[in-house]
Amino acid sequence: MAEVLVYVDHVDGSVRKPTLELLTLARRIGDPVAVSLGNGAADTAATLAEHGAVKVLTADAAEFADYLVAPKVDALQAAVESVSAAGSLAAVLLPSSAEGKEIGARLAIRIGSGIITDAVDLEAGDEGPVATQSVFAASYTTKSRITKGTPVITVKPNSAPVEPAAAAGAVEELAVTVADSSKGTKVVSRTPRESTGRPDLTEAAIVVSGGRGVNGAENFPVIEALADSLGAAVGASRAAVDAGWYPHTNQVGQTGKSVSPQLYIAAGISGAIQHRAGMQTSKTIVAINKDEEAPIFELVDYGVVGDLFNVVPALTDEVKTRKG
Amino acid sequence: MSLRIVVCVKYVPDATGDRHFAEDLTVDRDDVDGLLSELDEYAVEQALQIKEAADDAEITVLTVGPEDANDAIRKALSMGADKGVHVEDEDLHGTDAVGTSLVLAKAIEKTGYDLVVCGMASTDGTMGVLPAMLAERLGVPQVTQLSEVSVEGGPNGTVKGRRDGDTATEQLEASLPAVVSVTDQSGEARYPSFKGIMAAKKKPVEELELDDLDIDADEVGLEGAWTKVEDATERPARTAGTIVKDEGEGAKQLAEFLAGQKFI
Repeated sequence: MAEVLVYVDHVDGSVRKPTLELLTLARRIGDPVAVSLGNGAADTAATLAEHGAVKVLTADAAEFADYLVAPKVDALQAAVESVSAAGSLAAVLLPSSAEGKEIGARLAIRIGSGIITDAVDLEAGDEGPVATQSVFAASYTTKSRITKGTPVITVKPNSAPVEPAAAAGAVEELAVTVADSSKGTKVVSRTPRESTGRPDLTEAAIVVSGGRGVNGAENFPVIEALADSLGAAVGASRAAVDAGWYPHTNQVGQTGKSVSPQLYIAAGISGAIQHRAGMQTSKTIVAINKDEEAPIFELVDYGVVGDLFNVVPALTDEVKTRKG
Repeated sequence: MSLRIVVCVKYVPDATGDRHFAEDLTVDRDDVDGLLSELDEYAVEQALQIKEAADDAEITVLTVGPEDANDAIRKALSMGADKGVHVEDEDLHGTDAVGTSLVLAKAIEKTGYDLVVCGMASTDGTMGVLPAMLAERLGVPQVTQLSEVSVEGGPNGTVKGRRDGDTATEQLEASLPAVVSVTDQSGEARYPSFKGIMAAKKKPVEELELDDLDIDADEVGLEGAWTKVEDATERPARTAGTIVKDEGEGAKQLAEFLAGQKFI
């Protein structure tokens, strides 16, 4: 069976959820071979094996942290060459993070391949993997494939379930020589983002977002309280972010994060195209808005026309009571 | 020596319009108004700020696209860029990201550059891969996704910037020449002044074809593309949901719905 390379996104050895989703998709196409780089790379092997990695190629070198992106491309290229030499390589999958897309882009140029980004589904096809994408602010669904080289595909978070599927997960050290030309961009300092204790926005099963109607940074705790009662991530519309009420890292929309949770709750958000582009593929959509004409109500499975300052706190209490 | 800045911009269908696919599954550019991609305005703005802080700099705006893409160049010129380069060739129709990066890289090399500035992604394709591809093709450092950027020391100087990632904020530094991309957090783009709009009409725009860049027609276009869209389906409108007016029971009714869907 052909092999599929899966680029592992991890923080000091702790594998992030989108990588496990990639393993689910990779198993539809071939045998997943994980590539894990940097500090803690070897620690990822057990989790990856539990989710279907037949092999885990690891490399740890200071260069992966000291320079931006390019050294990781050198490593992934080495993995592509090593797997291709030993058998057949069906595809290279990466998470659709900013870095995942950049690594994929450079790899595609280097190995002479096409690239598809932001896939939301992946299936095996006669002429190679077929990727489903959601485009034009999610108003169209396309199916595409790569026609030259080894397909390089980046996949959005929440595109597939995480499935346990025990496999050998044999750890092999990957020989990587980081080229001098890959040491052009120095990472002078790195400050880890402070944890809010809430799930990551793009990975969360439930997202609660606030918009213009929240009317001030001092009111966002109302949104956060509902999110916490549901174990949800907190999002914000561009209007709320531009007004300085909530950090840009939480922005949902065309110029922010694109989310696809099981449940999306929009409070005080009108639903402009810019916002819809980032949340329209959510499975269930709920909105709370004073204005019954707000376009967000065209998308909802359930909408409440009312003042969010009445409805959201009361809903938070209801959720807490029901959850006991 | 003058600092040579090349800003790559894209002419895109208006994101607030009704965007569709044409019969050959390329983006339909005829039925919807086009404009300079909003995310590229931030790139033009940062290039202008870098120029203003430098002793001597010149900004060239580069685009690849159909005749109308000239509008995107004019907009950037009216904001304050100095000259334009427009690569237009009928064989380019349907070119994908890999092909576009080839055309841009050749045009950048032909123009001459110390710093390439891009937006974080286009508002139509939204891939966000071009800056990394350009760095790879040009063989220069990639300093991307910056919410802050500055250049010190002219053409042989250094570019510095702040990259706000998902898990960390990084301070980056590279020697020129380099490719940078900036996010929508880098600072609001200026509006063209009346004077700027008038001045833009006199600024030179060089027209290039594939031959001028030594690119064969089969390396680009729909046939030369490295990816193929096989099917595009309009997403069915979401079925109308239940809408209730809150008369004191809204939260309870909503909680009932959420419980029914097993969310609580």
